[in-house]
Amino acid sequence: MYPTNFRYTKEHEWVNVEAGTGTIGITDHAQKELGDIVYVDLPKVGATTEKGKVMGSVESVKAVSDIYSPVSGEVVAVNDLLTASPEKLNEDPHGAAWLVKIKMSSPDDVADLMSAQDYEKYAGEE
Amino acid sequence: MTQPAPLRTTPLNATHRRMGAKMVDFGGWDMPVSYSGVIDEHNAVRNNVGLFDVSHMGEIEVRGPEALKLVDYVATNAAAKLKIGQAHYSGLLYEHGGFVDDILVHKVADDHFFLCVNASNQDKDYEHIAAHNRFNCTVENAGDRYAQIAVQGPRALETLQKLTPVELAPIRYYWFTDGTVSGAKARIARTGYTGEDGFEIYVAPADAPRLWDELLAAGAEFGIKPAGLGARNTLRLEAKMALYGHEIHSTITPWEADLAWIVKLDKGDFIGRDALVKQKEQGITRKLIGFEMQARGIGRDGYEVYLNGEAAGWVTSGGPAPTLNKNIGLCYLPVDRCEIGRTIHVMVRNQPVEAVTVPTPFYKRAK
Repeated sequence: MYPTNFRYTKEHEWVNVEAGTGTIGITDHAQKELGDIVYVDLPKVGATTEKGKVMGSVESVKAVSDIYSPVSGEVVAVNDLLTASPEKLNEDPHGAAWLVKIKMSSPDDVADLMSAQDYEKYAGEE
Repeated sequence: MTQPAPLRTTPLNATHRRMGAKMVDFGGWDMPVSYSGVIDEHNAVRNNVGLFDVSHMGEIEVRGPEALKLVDYVATNAAAKLKIGQAHYSGLLYEHGGFVDDILVHKVADDHFFLCVNASNQDKDYEHIAAHNRFNCTVENAGDRYAQIAVQGPRALETLQKLTPVELAPIRYYWFTDGTVSGAKARIARTGYTGEDGFEIYVAPADAPRLWDELLAAGAEFGIKPAGLGARNTLRLEAKMALYGHEIHSTITPWEADLAWIVKLDKGDFIGRDALVKQKEQGITRKLIGFEMQARGIGRDGYEVYLNGEAAGWVTSGGPAPTLNKNIGLCYLPVDRCEIGRTIHVMVRNQPVEAVTVPTPFYKRAK
């Protein structure tokens, strides 16, 4: 269910680090909890993010949920697919519906994040 | 620290949990917010049929030779106009003209009225009515004696008809009849909170789980779906039906809430009448208006509305409208600046997002 090469936050984001750039998304658990996702608000390319700070939001029919950046750095790509098709977040949250790519300013930012195994346990208990 | 009170449950709580509904705390009640997904359930009700547990709603029975006088004294609509077997929407007001609650009044007999009231208001409503009972009526807070199931959508009649000997087609909108459903004693009302045709069925709590299962089976061929409070909210918002605590509350009057049609000033005295007469003479300063988002963003409950850069009102209910594929909402605006077609800005997380005022209801079913 949860890719083992990703790291996970308590706020239900995932990050996949490749060559100093982290691809960020929300977890399958998060999309299930939210229900039908109808709107995604993301930072622009060039914006800077700070680990643990709000960088955007995801809205379901019922509610607004903040997205916290799992890492600090600069936004180098934004997934335009989600502007027109936010419902993709319900269908493929760990794949096609990634949110942003961040060029990380500190590779250590992922050190304290959860492994897939730990996250699965955490999400199951919540 | 005081412990929070345990959540109240309906007779269908175990059913919802068995069926995998997503449950939430709704005003102190443990209720299903969704089953298959809000949009899927919403569409099922618009296109086919959906099933709602609304057993959390309260029921208040008013009995006695002067039951009509008490109902007409505490509620705004003209209960004297109701025939036996007929129901209407009405308001309970304070002396100052603000809402205690919005209610459905059913005339069961000349000496018996059956009120359906909001879940979280039932005790307050009961006390309010009992406090004004100078007509020697018996007022009963009867919520625990009733479960309520709503069958809503264009296939609701066919679904329910399979389970009852009562001929449903002749029951007109906002009329009801007492009969049986699946052999259980039931009050069957052609009412609803979705903007679709449908029925609200009042039964004894013990009968509710079996009735729920049999309704799902009866509606299977029509694509029936169990639905939660999420879809109930999107459906009622598209139909511009008020929700207590949002469009109406203790400091909002029926004139402001665009509910003049439930106020009958010519019926004689009732609680709040003097305040309403006075406000009508002076004129209201704010009014409930519909809007559609024009730019990207969703105006939601409680967000501020700006006119020409100044805070001028607030969103009472807002969100996506699945049938219309738009983001819609209702808001209060100054009465002199609320004409249809006006550009407004809804503050979405400190950013003004453009919207335009539109006529309501947003959705009206084809007759």
